[in-house]
Amino acid sequence: MIRLRRSELAAAALTLILAWMVIYPIGVVAVDAADTTALGAFLTRPGEWAALWASVWISLVSVVLAAAIGIPLAFLFEWFDFPGRKTLGSLIALPVVLPPLVGVIAFLFLYGESGFIARAIQAALHLENAPWRLQGAAAILLVHAYSMYVYFYLFTRAGLAKLDVSMLEAAQALGADRRATLWRVIVPLLRPSLVGAAMLTFMTALGSFSAPYIFGGGFRVMTTQIVATKLNGDLPLAMVETVALAIVAVAGLLILRRTEGDDILVALGKGIAPRPRPIRRASVRWLAATLGWGLAVLLLLPHLTLALVSLVPYGAWTTEILPPVLNLANYRRLFSEAERLRPMLNSLWMAAASTAVAVALALAAGWLVVRRRVVLRRAIEGLLALPWALPGTVFAIALAITFSVHAPLQLRFVLVGTAAILPLAYLVRALPLTGRGILAAYRQLDPSLEEAAASLGAGRWRTLTRVTLPQLRPGLAAGASLAFVAALGDIVASIVLYTYETRPVSIEILSSLRLAETGVAAAFGVVLMLVSAVVLGVGARR
Amino acid sequence: MTTAPFLQIQAIEKRWSHDVTVGPITLDIARGEILALLGPSGSGKTTMLRLLAGFETADGGRISVANEDVTRVPPARRRFGMVFQHYALFPHLDVGENVAFGLPKSPDRDAKITAALGLVDLAGFEPRKVHELSGGQQQRVALARALAPEPRVLLLDEPLSNLDPALRERTRHELREVIQRVGITTVFVTHEQDEAFDLGDRVAVLNQGRLEQVGAPDALYEHPANLFVATFVGRANVFRGNAARALGGNGTGVLVVRPERLRFSEAGLPGVVRERRYLGAAAFFLIEGDDHQHFEVLAEPDAARVGARVYVEATRVIAL
Repeated sequence: MIRLRRSELAAAALTLILAWMVIYPIGVVAVDAADTTALGAFLTRPGEWAALWASVWISLVSVVLAAAIGIPLAFLFEWFDFPGRKTLGSLIALPVVLPPLVGVIAFLFLYGESGFIARAIQAALHLENAPWRLQGAAAILLVHAYSMYVYFYLFTRAGLAKLDVSMLEAAQALGADRRATLWRVIVPLLRPSLVGAAMLTFMTALGSFSAPYIFGGGFRVMTTQIVATKLNGDLPLAMVETVALAIVAVAGLLILRRTEGDDILVALGKGIAPRPRPIRRASVRWLAATLGWGLAVLLLLPHLTLALVSLVPYGAWTTEILPPVLNLANYRRLFSEAERLRPMLNSLWMAAASTAVAVALALAAGWLVVRRRVVLRRAIEGLLALPWALPGTVFAIALAITFSVHAPLQLRFVLVGTAAILPLAYLVRALPLTGRGILAAYRQLDPSLEEAAASLGAGRWRTLTRVTLPQLRPGLAAGASLAFVAALGDIVASIVLYTYETRPVSIEILSSLRLAETGVAAAFGVVLMLVSAVVLGVGARR
Repeated sequence: MTTAPFLQIQAIEKRWSHDVTVGPITLDIARGEILALLGPSGSGKTTMLRLLAGFETADGGRISVANEDVTRVPPARRRFGMVFQHYALFPHLDVGENVAFGLPKSPDRDAKITAALGLVDLAGFEPRKVHELSGGQQQRVALARALAPEPRVLLLDEPLSNLDPALRERTRHELREVIQRVGITTVFVTHEQDEAFDLGDRVAVLNQGRLEQVGAPDALYEHPANLFVATFVGRANVFRGNAARALGGNGTGVLVVRPERLRFSEAGLPGVVRERRYLGAAAFFLIEGDDHQHFEVLAEPDAARVGARVYVEATRVIAL
């Protein structure tokens, strides 16, 4: 006799809520996209195919570039010791702190045709015009390489740190030289890490919106193409484009996953990692240190540029190489003018609300999946992870279409235009982050701790607050901080779904740029960057 | 001298699936008694303990303490103390906070913590971090934490299995001493006969979810109820047929003889010494009988040589 436990009912409810947020909108779009005229338009217009192809090749080249920068850096910092190794090693992960849009405008101010570098060269060579225009595929790839090598760097370092030194010694004892050890031992063992980084880079590049939006010019990728079509009011075509992008994303993920192999590193987790080898030759040490610090400066330049531009008052900087006036006028405006402060507050509360709900859902999922082992546990896990597999634009369009119709019987409500739609969009994107963090933490949590609390007389609430949550804290904080920062800097969903009243910081940055208020845009960027850095720092604390 | 049962287990039962069932088991435990649940892995002893703690809900039967039915009482209100196999100390709390966890806020709370830690010889350990402690110290903190709220019953899940063998025997004595000083009714789970005999006033032997026998250690050893108990508790030689008859059996049933109850003599069961394992005070001799069955004799180290033909007789047999 099967008794329907209360936890099974709770699991069914959770599954329905998640499905309603995650799958249902996509389903609505997929059904609506089967519109023959729009489908025909998509299939026959060369521009559509060009944008789709551009998305694919830009993503693949981004993976290659990010790997080419990130992997050697990881080996350098994990295996060799030189002055400043530790500080540099963490500085190098800095681009993670830059929200995509902020990174893009920092690049604009630095390398753009009216940025510092171009101005300096123009002045030095007495050129008539700026020496280059930062536009098109090359500009997009530059930004991608800068921001995405971090994935390869961090994943490879983590993989190398898990390598067992005795494994390398065994290879040597069996007669393998360095080359053979690298190719026959190290690379196969690193493969899961590398594939993980490649998947993350590919997905991020495929979903990337800010860089193609700002630098693309006439060069369209699928994300910018979809938003442009939507703004033109051709909804049926936008839906077909969205489905096409979703198919590419899923296909890309499936192909990459096939190369992942078994997660053999799990079985080898106990090893002692090789100690970093000091570089003995003074000249090489000096070279490594110089290169390292030079690299750090290069990586920090966008951040510094942003900070500098934020200090330049409106209209004070015209043709000079360096700004003539620096003061805090932009920040003053940002915090004293109600209309400027509002986007900041909007972003903060929407990010906080979506993160809080995402954490609550992930906690419920963790308890049901790991502790209760409910029948629907695979469905719940899959739904939590799914938004990761699809670009943000796909969800933005899906939510925009699903929740602009009033049909309560179909569980469709008019949310577009209300204050609820953006938090909902952020929430969907936050689910994989909080879900991953909290589920992993739950799996590591010894169930007897909770039983011990119960046997000592603690009720459910006391057990949750005094034992379970403190134990889940690292995973919970990491997931929540990532989710919060992603929502705070979001542009992909915001640009499709915002209203004037609920406009977030990213939209305000764009409109400031449009009004040539670069100082205000930069000040917003700096604030966003600092808040993100603080939140991530708190989230990463043990 | 009949003591009224303090902890009563009546036909308690847990059905995991169609073919995996624990119970129904009935057991009475007197106030202040120490009961060992002994059995191989999968015998249901841990399930029994978790049913007593309230972590599993029974599918049938009744558990009562001092005539109060606690079968449906959740663990938090059952007032049973438990020491977990891996101790389950809260890693984010220090030793004092761990011990304080089960104590209500009251003026004498600190005094109770001090007393509980003093009981296990860890006075002054309050500010220590859990991960700084040795395995033996962790075990004692877990015991202090379980005893601090003055539970009605103490439950121990394989209390010594996480300690290295050298430490195990000493800890066993300390554990017994603490339990006896507190005078608490105790049920503990073990798969080691030594531990069950040394700690338990009585031992309940479980096998495949059933209670095979319950009794004092010497009763189990000398009068096992069946072949399982005879062979699981202590070393045992099992003889059937002619061999059994040669040792004085009537030839119909099974004869169980402990190795120390066999001795070499002039006549009896013939065999050849195949192996001698020297223990110092005595030696085990492995004998191959004429029917190619092997059995063990515990005797003086120089009682026989390997390869010699010997005769064996029994000083005491258990007929089953």
